[in-house]
Amino acid sequence: MARSRKIPATKYPVERFTLENGLRVVLTPDRSAPVVGVAVVYDVGIRSEPEGRTGFAHLFEHLMFQGSENLEKLAHFRHVQGAGGTFNGSTHLDYTDYFEVLPAGALERALFLEADRMRGPRLTEENLLNQIDVVKEEIRVNVLNRPYGGFPWLKLPPVMFETFPNAHDGYGSFGDLESATVDDAKAFFDRYYAAGNATLAVAGDFDVAQATAMIQRHFGDVPARPAPKLPDFDEPGLTAERRDTYTDRLAPIGGVASAWRVPDPIGDFADYLPFVVLAEVLTDGEASRLVERLVQRDRSVTSIGGYIGFMGDEFGVRNPTALLLQAHMPPGGDSEKVLRTVDEELDRLVHDGLTPGELERTQARIATHLLRDTDAVLGRALPMAVLELQRGNPGLLNDLPKLIGEVTEAQIVTAAATLRPDQRATVEVLPGAAA
Amino acid sequence: MSTKTLPDLVPDAKLKLPKEVERTLPSGLTVIAIRRTSVPLVEVRLRVPFSKAPLPRATLLSQSLFTGTGTMSSVDIAAELQKVGGGLSAGLDPDRLLVTGNALAGGLDRMLEILAAVLTDPAYPKQEVVTERDRLVDHLQVALQQPAHLARTALLKRMYGSHPYAVQTPEPEQIRAVRPAGLRSLHADRVSPTGAVLVLVGDINPEKAIDAAEKALGSWTGPGRDENLPAAPALEPGPLLLVDRPGSVQSSLRMALPAVPRTDPSYAPLQLANLIFGGYFSSRWVENIREDKGYTYGPHTSIEHYLAGSALMVAAEVATEVTGPSLLETLYELGRIASLPPREEELEQARRYALGTLRLGMSTQAGLAGLASMYASFGLRLEHLREHSAALAGATLDQVAAAAAEFMAPSRAVTVVLGDAARIQAPLAALTTIEPA
Repeated sequence: MARSRKIPATKYPVERFTLENGLRVVLTPDRSAPVVGVAVVYDVGIRSEPEGRTGFAHLFEHLMFQGSENLEKLAHFRHVQGAGGTFNGSTHLDYTDYFEVLPAGALERALFLEADRMRGPRLTEENLLNQIDVVKEEIRVNVLNRPYGGFPWLKLPPVMFETFPNAHDGYGSFGDLESATVDDAKAFFDRYYAAGNATLAVAGDFDVAQATAMIQRHFGDVPARPAPKLPDFDEPGLTAERRDTYTDRLAPIGGVASAWRVPDPIGDFADYLPFVVLAEVLTDGEASRLVERLVQRDRSVTSIGGYIGFMGDEFGVRNPTALLLQAHMPPGGDSEKVLRTVDEELDRLVHDGLTPGELERTQARIATHLLRDTDAVLGRALPMAVLELQRGNPGLLNDLPKLIGEVTEAQIVTAAATLRPDQRATVEVLPGAAA
Repeated sequence: MSTKTLPDLVPDAKLKLPKEVERTLPSGLTVIAIRRTSVPLVEVRLRVPFSKAPLPRATLLSQSLFTGTGTMSSVDIAAELQKVGGGLSAGLDPDRLLVTGNALAGGLDRMLEILAAVLTDPAYPKQEVVTERDRLVDHLQVALQQPAHLARTALLKRMYGSHPYAVQTPEPEQIRAVRPAGLRSLHADRVSPTGAVLVLVGDINPEKAIDAAEKALGSWTGPGRDENLPAAPALEPGPLLLVDRPGSVQSSLRMALPAVPRTDPSYAPLQLANLIFGGYFSSRWVENIREDKGYTYGPHTSIEHYLAGSALMVAAEVATEVTGPSLLETLYELGRIASLPPREEELEQARRYALGTLRLGMSTQAGLAGLASMYASFGLRLEHLREHSAALAGATLDQVAAAAAEFMAPSRAVTVVLGDAARIQAPLAALTTIEPA
């Protein structure tokens, strides 16, 4: 069937080079707004933290803001914000990112700040104890003191996976967090925060030659250290359905989430991409299959969403990962029935294929989401840094709308056919609060 | 270890504002279009005056706006929008109904047609409305377990008394009582172009985009209604209101302080004083209770503007066992900024942050659309940013200290704490007078 509408693409330029110390650099200039985005991504995440140190990768991310070779505690924040910029960092399963968005004239300052902590953060007992307290409050806000905390991103991995790297709680237990030492932090930095284990991306309003000189100036003398060997976290897929149930004392209504393994997002990219589209065919908006059926027709759920990767970072996660569906149910909801209906809808998709126009409209909407994200300098710097780190291909960001648009109905059907009940891990949250 | 020096900042270029093309249609709808071609998309924002609309019906209306027209079901609407890469959603604040959306730039005309059908030919089909009603009720039940929601609800009541702003979320039982016919009549009565503003930003020709809007929305007409709310009452400081949430592992500390609207001469100095106190990470309060003491993760303050009044809001989730000390530090930092002038370098840092983030906010289509739409609903245009930037750039230490003294004194605060009363009542009572909720 002919496409009714051409999917547009972006043409952000991409310059790549590697410094002598191994730091890989991506520059993507665009002078349409006087702002720059700077992202540094390290190839270490939740999956690499040691047993007995759950939550350590995230705790360490906090420590990277606590001062560095030439900067006192608080200086990083003040220098970024005092330049009119914003900053943050985040810890994922397979990487940890640090970033700033600033007026264009502050680019060199941001590069200085990132280089300084790449040379070494100030790891002190006082800062460690302070940030353990802060992280505990973060976990209380996001997990312990609110309904559906950690559902399903912390609750489903232990049901689905066997090995510690894939199964454990990435926010960490309070016991493990409190056991963390300055020596642990030093060892973690030495092992994982090598220049050769990182990428730097700069997006926005700058001159490539000038930015290249600045990067040489500030990162050129970061000592080279060997990058660790990339671990393989693969483990066998499920051979029988798995299921767990827990009660959330703050949840007034029930919920259910299921996950199925998907192909290697990097090694089997061509087979993986159809799952990205499938998740949207199933759950993007009122006209998607599962929303129409479960929300509108059966009214067996009040909301349902689908995505890939436990943290929703489908182009920033490595193998093994999963396609997830998560739903909230009305009072008295029946998770068995919901799962049966999902199976029924997947069967229908596999046997009857898609309806005319269903694939094209879903692809068009995904394109809008992708393009919209890249409109922000950080929406280019961050994913390009991650794509460079994991694939050596930051330009993939430009190609994604087109590649999504080339996924065929046959590929969607093939993907849907793998989402079988015996391959599924499910966690149900029971309401523990009065509605 | 060699010492390295921080590179200097290259001064910002002159503030460049995008051109707003504007036309007010005979129906009273104002259309503003801005060309920004960075990505081949278009952003849409529509704000319709909705003050005094009955809250339960208005809330469900916003949730049900896309449930159907005379010729389209909710699924048709969503599928037709998707065809042009589009999506629309609606929300409500105490002053307005707000429609937000985006699409591939080539889909603007089609998206406007669908928006027009929703506005001029709404069906509110029974089954779809009932579905949305049940979803909304469940959503509200979940909100009633969220500490941030409960604390805000208590604070708004305490701030606004009998003013309509006092209640911004309906009760689940009130929603259950709303019927589709009630939505139809509210729509006919209030979803009117009079005073409404449509903003279009993206890879568009502004004149042609406005022509398209005029063509699609020309038939959207309706009675004008002047529903200006009375000015919000002045805050009445009093005892700290303690709301019990047994077993809570954190306490939600909330304060409201007086503030002024964006056009007031004191606004820029107050904005800077707020930043210095707690309005960004590098503020005294955040550096104190997070980076020094570890009491909390994301404390923040901001100035909230409604049509009938503005307020400075202070919020932190703190560990239950340090609730008293957290209030102590908060009162100390408020007292300090209200009593002593800030240091020159504190002011310069806050000033650069305010001016810089203003540029960051305008650097995307979505950011521009949100800013232009928000300003327009207060009768302002982006041109106001020039004036506001100049006010931020020119604010003196004396003006900032005076604004802090006038508005940020802890004696002027309305305070609510939600938490495990059995554990936090005594520590809080050591510091101030308490009134149980």
